[in-house]
Amino acid sequence: MRGGDTTPEELDTDMERPALEAALAEIWKTPEGMWGALATVDHKIIGRRYIITAFVFLAFGGVLAILMRAQLAQPESRVLGPDRYNQIFTMHGSSMMFLFAVPVMEAMAVYLVPLMVGTRNIAFPRLNAFSYWIFLAGGVLLWTSFVLDMGPDVGWFAYVPLSGPQYGVGKRADVWAQMITFTELSALAVSVEIVVTILKQRAPGMSLDRIPLFVWSMLVTSFVVIVAMPAVMLASTSLILDRLVGTHLFNPAEGGDVLLWQHLFWFFGHPEVYIIFLPAVGMVSSITAAFARRPVFGYLAMVLALIATGILAFGLWVHHMFVTGLPRLGESFFTASSMAIAIPAGIQIFCWLATLWDGKPIFRTPLLFVIGFIVTFVIGGLTGVMVASVPFDTQVHDTYFVVAHFHYVLIGGAVFPLLGAIYYWFPKITGRMMSERLGRWAFWLIFVGFNMTFFPMHILGLQGMPRRIYTYQPDMPWHGLNLFVSMSSLILAAGFLLFFVDAIRSARRGLLSGDNPWDAPSLEWATSSPPPSFNFAYIPVVNGANPLWEQRDVVAVAGGLRTHRRELVITTVAAAEPDAREASPRNSIWPFWAALATTVMLISSIFTPWAVVWGSIPIVIALIGWFWPKGTPEDES
Amino acid sequence: MKLRITGRRLRALVPALTLAGCTGWQSAIDVHGASAISLKQLIVLIMATCSVVWALVILALIFALWRRRPVRESPLALDPGAQRRMTAAVAGAVVATVIVIAALTVFSFLTTRQLSVAGGDDLTIKVRGLQWWWGVEYFDSNPELRFETANEIHIPVGRKVRLQLEGIDVIHSFWVPSLAGKQDLIPGRPNELTIRAERPGTYRGQCAEFCGLQHAHMAFFVIAEEQTAFDAWMRLQRDSAVASSDAEVTAGQQVFLSKPCAACHAIRGTTAIGRTGPDLTHVGGRKYIAAGLFENTRGSLAAWIADPQTLKPGNNMPMVPLAAEELRSVSAYLASLK
Amino acid sequence: MKERIVADLSRLPLHGMASASATWWGTLAFMLIEATGFALALAVYLYLMSIAVTWPMDAPAPDLLPGTVVTLILAASVVPNYLVSRWAEREDLRKVQIGMIVMSIVGIVPLIIRAFEFSALKVSWDTNAYGSIVWILLGLHTTHIITDVADTLVLAALMFTRHGDNRRRFGDLQDNAMYWNFVVVTWLPIYGCIYWIPRL
Repeated sequence: MRGGDTTPEELDTDMERPALEAALAEIWKTPEGMWGALATVDHKIIGRRYIITAFVFLAFGGVLAILMRAQLAQPESRVLGPDRYNQIFTMHGSSMMFLFAVPVMEAMAVYLVPLMVGTRNIAFPRLNAFSYWIFLAGGVLLWTSFVLDMGPDVGWFAYVPLSGPQYGVGKRADVWAQMITFTELSALAVSVEIVVTILKQRAPGMSLDRIPLFVWSMLVTSFVVIVAMPAVMLASTSLILDRLVGTHLFNPAEGGDVLLWQHLFWFFGHPEVYIIFLPAVGMVSSITAAFARRPVFGYLAMVLALIATGILAFGLWVHHMFVTGLPRLGESFFTASSMAIAIPAGIQIFCWLATLWDGKPIFRTPLLFVIGFIVTFVIGGLTGVMVASVPFDTQVHDTYFVVAHFHYVLIGGAVFPLLGAIYYWFPKITGRMMSERLGRWAFWLIFVGFNMTFFPMHILGLQGMPRRIYTYQPDMPWHGLNLFVSMSSLILAAGFLLFFVDAIRSARRGLLSGDNPWDAPSLEWATSSPPPSFNFAYIPVVNGANPLWEQRDVVAVAGGLRTHRRELVITTVAAAEPDAREASPRNSIWPFWAALATTVMLISSIFTPWAVVWGSIPIVIALIGWFWPKGTPEDES
Repeated sequence: MKLRITGRRLRALVPALTLAGCTGWQSAIDVHGASAISLKQLIVLIMATCSVVWALVILALIFALWRRRPVRESPLALDPGAQRRMTAAVAGAVVATVIVIAALTVFSFLTTRQLSVAGGDDLTIKVRGLQWWWGVEYFDSNPELRFETANEIHIPVGRKVRLQLEGIDVIHSFWVPSLAGKQDLIPGRPNELTIRAERPGTYRGQCAEFCGLQHAHMAFFVIAEEQTAFDAWMRLQRDSAVASSDAEVTAGQQVFLSKPCAACHAIRGTTAIGRTGPDLTHVGGRKYIAAGLFENTRGSLAAWIADPQTLKPGNNMPMVPLAAEELRSVSAYLASLK
Repeated sequence: MKERIVADLSRLPLHGMASASATWWGTLAFMLIEATGFALALAVYLYLMSIAVTWPMDAPAPDLLPGTVVTLILAASVVPNYLVSRWAEREDLRKVQIGMIVMSIVGIVPLIIRAFEFSALKVSWDTNAYGSIVWILLGLHTTHIITDVADTLVLAALMFTRHGDNRRRFGDLQDNAMYWNFVVVTWLPIYGCIYWIPRL
């Protein structure tokens, strides 16, 4: 049976609304029970579990931070010995960067982007399911190793030769390197899905200049992931090879180079922080528009700033290597580029300020977090300008000054917007509001606790305190500030605890929210809270950048999709004109099997290179199972 | 660990906080070296500029949030005149940002240019970074005049000193903030750092690149002295260890040479020529031992030798079991090596 | 909220081809990822060369024969590949079935010769950094051939089943052909790097 619409199937326009919704629910549903949970390809279910899992890793990483602060509160303290401390700070950084920060941003995109662009599911839904299991496996690998006292202890960026075969004893560094493979595989997969969803599955009429700013930020982020992650994959694979089979890429005695590791890692590592930051920027735009009651000022400037940041991000990496003895002229170029990236960041700040100035701010918790973001991120960005200067950096590199800087930009610049985003989109995801009262308490505890914890670290760095030290001596002048910082960290922890308590309670007992509690403009608010499995009964049609503000009473939609198979519409890249219908895959257990096979192969290859050969066989079988057509209507056309 | 939060403790914190950063022998603010002084000027300038920028942004934020504004009937009812004014304001802010960034970049370059680099005819000292101590070799064109020491570097006040940095095992970083910025010691990539002390004093430095278990206890000292004192120190260091007439000291030397000590440590003038550990020819004259862990006294020497693993867990010096007699005499011997 | 139907999608084709298909874009994205990986590996080669005293390190330049044979076969394979793609576009099942068998053979033969290429490198991966990077470069590309050949074999088998005569399958064939071109094109700079840079 060839293509072409010869079979008379029911279209959505043939049915009454209740019957339509019933038919769509039937065809798009995820069954209850274990099989449904393992086989679902619904981006909302996968996105939700991704978000929750990432927050669990945040909590774990936070507990590690409290342990570190307990140890550092007193000089020559015996709370933690050097081995345990070194594992803990490595786990804290690795868990936060690889298991929380990047995955949570990807997860928010997985949930929100298909809804915001008006489609029924993310592109490559089975790949999406696969990527979650791979991410989970990587996290379980890392944390299980830590619990078994074989956690990595070489810092989250694992410099050689410390992590190399000679000085990195045991399997600790291999665990770290393979965790990278898991998490990068997962991030790359999600990025491909996001790019294709945004470019090809937008609602008819949603031309490029009508895409929500959050969606733009995820598009740019996804490209940054695609071009940056191969560098760290190459680096971590080379490290495993050096350690396992005796290659010499990083061994200066045989023509390798110690700095090669740093170049490869930071070529990824600098864009990595923008992979974390750019989605947060998108969240700030969404929240600001809704709570300033007007579209964000300067749409074109904002988009160009996003793109400029994404491109510039690749030109900064050497600023992590300013004290390695590279030629001065080269280093100076990187000072200029590192300072220059402040300009697109500044453009965005000014546009948000203009939006708030011209709007009518509604002070709810999401906006509080945006305000907190502006106050703290600007500090972090300015200390970034400071460390961008080579001479300045020669004093503060590898000290607590830098620790302060990156926590200001990561917590201020990414976590604050994320927390605001959770308060903002929680109603859409669960159908219930979080508590405004607890939200304010959480915000103030976190804001004050954060600044009290991290601001003094700038001073500690200038006072000569290096980073990654498990203790310090009593005759150094650091005790007072360290004690202050440790006590303040408890305030910060209390704030996060309150946030978790609020989220868990509200999921069950929060006030029902309705479709659009914030009267926000973008398409995710056009459907119910939580959305049905099929997202929209009819594919929306837009003719502006703020659909729900433009179409207050009647929403334009497109009809003509079939109701007894999973179907959505593919549109053109620039103008989003309808191009073709596309079948969307049904639930499938194969991504789970493929992920399991991949996990076994990757973990075994920490111990023997032959695992790559033998372990590939189950993977091939699982992939054939995945792609072999099952005779469902979606497989044929 | 018990924390007793008393009112007294908290009150004591206040002056600690206010005086924070003002004094110290390992501080980027309490500076005594030519390089560090230039760097501090840059630090102060950039921090002042950035503080002003931050304050302006916060003022703008406060103003934006709390200004009185007319009610708008729909979120899309934007006033074109206001849009134009805001465009001008944002454009102006961007231009100001570009100017400030450019100025800071230029100041940064100028500071780099200002930092002088030592040349071939300046005092040259080779520093080796190992887990977790610093090997120091004073270079001279006449091989007879070269000598090695560890963890303590003496330099003459007011003269440029050229440090050649070599990583032996993993990456370390040489940082003595009161005198200069840091530079890494990378295996396979020799680096150089120039320091010049403007005033005599003892300046503490610490390894600033995570290098494993005892990264936290890898300190060193740069002692700047007037030229005559420095020359005297050099002469002393060049001499081999002198045989002593004291019975306990001689017994201690016997212990040192017969036990595993000599396998790792060198003492010029004896048969001990080990290079795995620090050179001990004049260890008695050093101010600290175990890379800044303890002040150098006979007692701390004995404690260190008796059990290095408890005091600096994981470091590369094994515990060598010694009888009490032996411990007493060997510590006397080492303390005598001034 | 009331809805008003303003567009009719029922006349659209049931499955887009080429740039109207999601898998085409997905294939393109994966090509971008892998191209970046290759580019970085080549950059590592050039970096190690730039800091080396002699290059190749303690080894002669690799033997030209097996690598050049592989290059010629891969270059020639572009022709049947293009034909398969054209036939798939025209949805000609019979021709495509033959073509896919040809492409399967044309994919396996270079793999066999590739086995000889590794020993023709005249250096082991654990001899020195030069050995390590040439083995990594060759290994990366070999992995790509293997995965694409596996894909080709599965698709070829599929074309002989009841699922074969289907628009989606023809789209898959075109994507597969596009990817094979990528495998061939990425080989050329790697071939130039491994075999000819040492001879400059």
